[in-house]
Amino acid sequence: MTINIDRDQTEVLHGGSAAGVPASEEVMRQEVAPRSIPNGSTMIPDRDGLEIGPRRKVHGSTLDDRFNLVGALLAGGALASLLFGWFTPMTGGIGWVVIAFLSFLALYAVLVALRSDGQQVKDRLITVLLCSAGILLFAALVFVVIYTVVRGSSALPHLNFFTQTMKLAGPLDPLDMGGVLHAIVGTLIQISIALAITIPLGITTAVFLNEVGGRFARLVRTVADAMTALPSIVAGLFVYAAVISLITHERSGFAASLAITVMMLPIVIRASDVVLRLVAGNLREASYALGATRWRMVWHVVLPTARSGLVTAVILGTARGIGETSPVLLTSGVTAEMNVNPFSGPMISLPLQVFDFVKSPEPNMVARGFGTAAVLIVLVLALFALARVIGGQGSTQLSGRQQRAAAGASARDIHRIQTKARDIEAARRAAADHTASTSAHTTAETSTDTDTDTSTKGTPS
Amino acid sequence: MKDALDTAFGGAEPATMLDTSEHPAADGTPGSTAAGTAGSTADDSDLYTRRSFASRLSVADTVFRSVSYSAGGITVAIMLAVGLFLSLRAGDALRVAGFSFLTEPAWSPETQTFGIAAVLSGTITIALVAMCVSVPLALGTSLLISEIVPPRLKATLVTLVDLMAAVPSVVFGLWGAFFLQANVIPVASWISTYFAWIPIFQVTSASGARLTDASAFTSSAFIAGIVVGLMVVPTQTSVMREAFSQAPAGEREAALALGSTRWGMIREVVIPFGRGGIIGGTMLGLGRALGETIAVYMIISPVFVINWEVLKTGTNSVSALIALRYGESSEFGLSALMAAGLVLFVITLAINFTASSVVARSRSGAESEA
Repeated sequence: MTINIDRDQTEVLHGGSAAGVPASEEVMRQEVAPRSIPNGSTMIPDRDGLEIGPRRKVHGSTLDDRFNLVGALLAGGALASLLFGWFTPMTGGIGWVVIAFLSFLALYAVLVALRSDGQQVKDRLITVLLCSAGILLFAALVFVVIYTVVRGSSALPHLNFFTQTMKLAGPLDPLDMGGVLHAIVGTLIQISIALAITIPLGITTAVFLNEVGGRFARLVRTVADAMTALPSIVAGLFVYAAVISLITHERSGFAASLAITVMMLPIVIRASDVVLRLVAGNLREASYALGATRWRMVWHVVLPTARSGLVTAVILGTARGIGETSPVLLTSGVTAEMNVNPFSGPMISLPLQVFDFVKSPEPNMVARGFGTAAVLIVLVLALFALARVIGGQGSTQLSGRQQRAAAGASARDIHRIQTKARDIEAARRAAADHTASTSAHTTAETSTDTDTDTSTKGTPS
Repeated sequence: MKDALDTAFGGAEPATMLDTSEHPAADGTPGSTAAGTAGSTADDSDLYTRRSFASRLSVADTVFRSVSYSAGGITVAIMLAVGLFLSLRAGDALRVAGFSFLTEPAWSPETQTFGIAAVLSGTITIALVAMCVSVPLALGTSLLISEIVPPRLKATLVTLVDLMAAVPSVVFGLWGAFFLQANVIPVASWISTYFAWIPIFQVTSASGARLTDASAFTSSAFIAGIVVGLMVVPTQTSVMREAFSQAPAGEREAALALGSTRWGMIREVVIPFGRGGIIGGTMLGLGRALGETIAVYMIISPVFVINWEVLKTGTNSVSALIALRYGESSEFGLSALMAAGLVLFVITLAINFTASSVVARSRSGAESEA
């Protein structure tokens, strides 16, 4: 195309000089000419007759890769079976898996090396190793959860498991007697007390760290960070030594709540601190610029913006707190009866009940222990899912109802502002009329007019 | 002038104010200049007296400030109370035991012979085994999540990892005690048969004879370490993944454009950028592994001798010691347990602070996450 333009221009130039017309006309022709000749301008190339191949897949694996992988897997398994069954005296399931995996790696390396260089072989091998690490980890973790639920499934179908306590059920009683209602209630009471302390204190502290600041805030942050390192058993020991052995002299649900609080507080503070720090600075500045006090800024801007994040922080802290066994072990005491008074008498919770059940050698008690653990897992997973659902929607995303509410509020604000402005205007006119007799009348009138002018002019900018 | 006044008075009642100041100028009388100057100097002296920029707090703000200050104060008070109380109560025992607290393996505060040599070495053994299990898994999984899997799967895996971090430790303890205990013995026995030339893999009785009986391999630091390792993998994975995902895209693309394979890119760009995350994540996991109580307590059989043979039955940990002995303790025994707890706390504190400073230094931005 560039060549075309060059030729056009040279032709035009030559033509111009041959005809002997003035230079200005030449220039004009030159400017007009390319527009009429399609070759001279930028144009989309004609796609007709061009062969466009299928889009190349950059990601994903080729047939070769898949063949290598499947082939190596099959060959590895076959080789291990041969070794274990016929050639060598090796036995054991774990050994088979290890040998099969190693021979799979070796065979895969050989297969890849047939078609590509050393770098590629290394790349493929590492990819396979990383994938195996991931699969192993997720399989192990999922297996831990499923194992618990499956072992507990003999206790779970009995409805009495959720509606009765262990008061009348001994270790030898069948599974259709007794249940863990007292532990469920105990867990709920303890976590509620812990939350009642943690939520206000934790969130206010996080607000303090972010909105007030200063040297003391840095100290608070350091101390809170340090406390996340506190081993949970030490938190339990502290409450045991400070509250139980010095003050109350008996284990109680309240002491357990205190121990859980000491564990949860740093977690909630740190998580909320991170969330509050993410609130955009221009939102804060905007609200200050509108004349809000710091308190109103926090209450009407910072906290609502960070709401979903704060809820997530609290729920994650709750999930941790519910699952803590060791602080509760030292502080709450073990009981088989329902106790709804957190201030007197032992009050058991779910993790402690699990621990207590599986200490018994009786298979029924062990089954109850697994059942209780399954209940605990379900509770924790439900809390976690709730946190995901709430935390998943960003702070700026509003549901339909919230959007309508916000629009309504804006409309009311506009109405309020306009009414107020009209009232002020009317009052001002009335005042001006009232002072009409004085010489200041005209000045006041003009100044009011200019004032309105500037204000209307000022509004759009 | 007028604008200045408007602004100064917030434009609240401009008409009345302007009335007085504008009047002489608008009047047009010969004396107007003088009067105007006089007026403006009078005003100027008002205007140019230095306005104090220190804002006076409203009542609500004062209350807000004091409430938030006191919340911070209460938090610090609770935390310091824990630390001070532990140190004070631990002081009794430490004064009696002196330096032998760190070297004495036995634990009987009643006879004044007690120390944490056995429990601390057990804690460290378990934590080291846990690290051997968790670090390769966490490193592999975090690289897998951040570099290899497609985006849609990535979100799911990240959620799954976070979810696993919330599974209660008693559940892991159950799994370790009822499943792993029985199934890992052949492996332990095999290792001790073929790798006995490495001292820590030996399993010998007190007289030095080699043990091959299955009961010699139960309740060992090895089994407890595997379980604790699995428990801390999610924590480590999420810290490492966070660090890896912050490796700059430009340098990744540069490496790929120079013809490197994906592994070459990971080795030359992602891992150097994420080194702080790897170290920090490992140490955070180590801190949790040291403090883990209930899973360890359910698996091990406590002994009060220093046992470096990780496969052999019998080990101990500081937190398991506290869980085991708190109930029967006298006032002095409790103080000794507090001393043990304090030592554990100081160790985890040091590890955590090192970890968070390493992670913070490796980050470019000001953001930080747990």
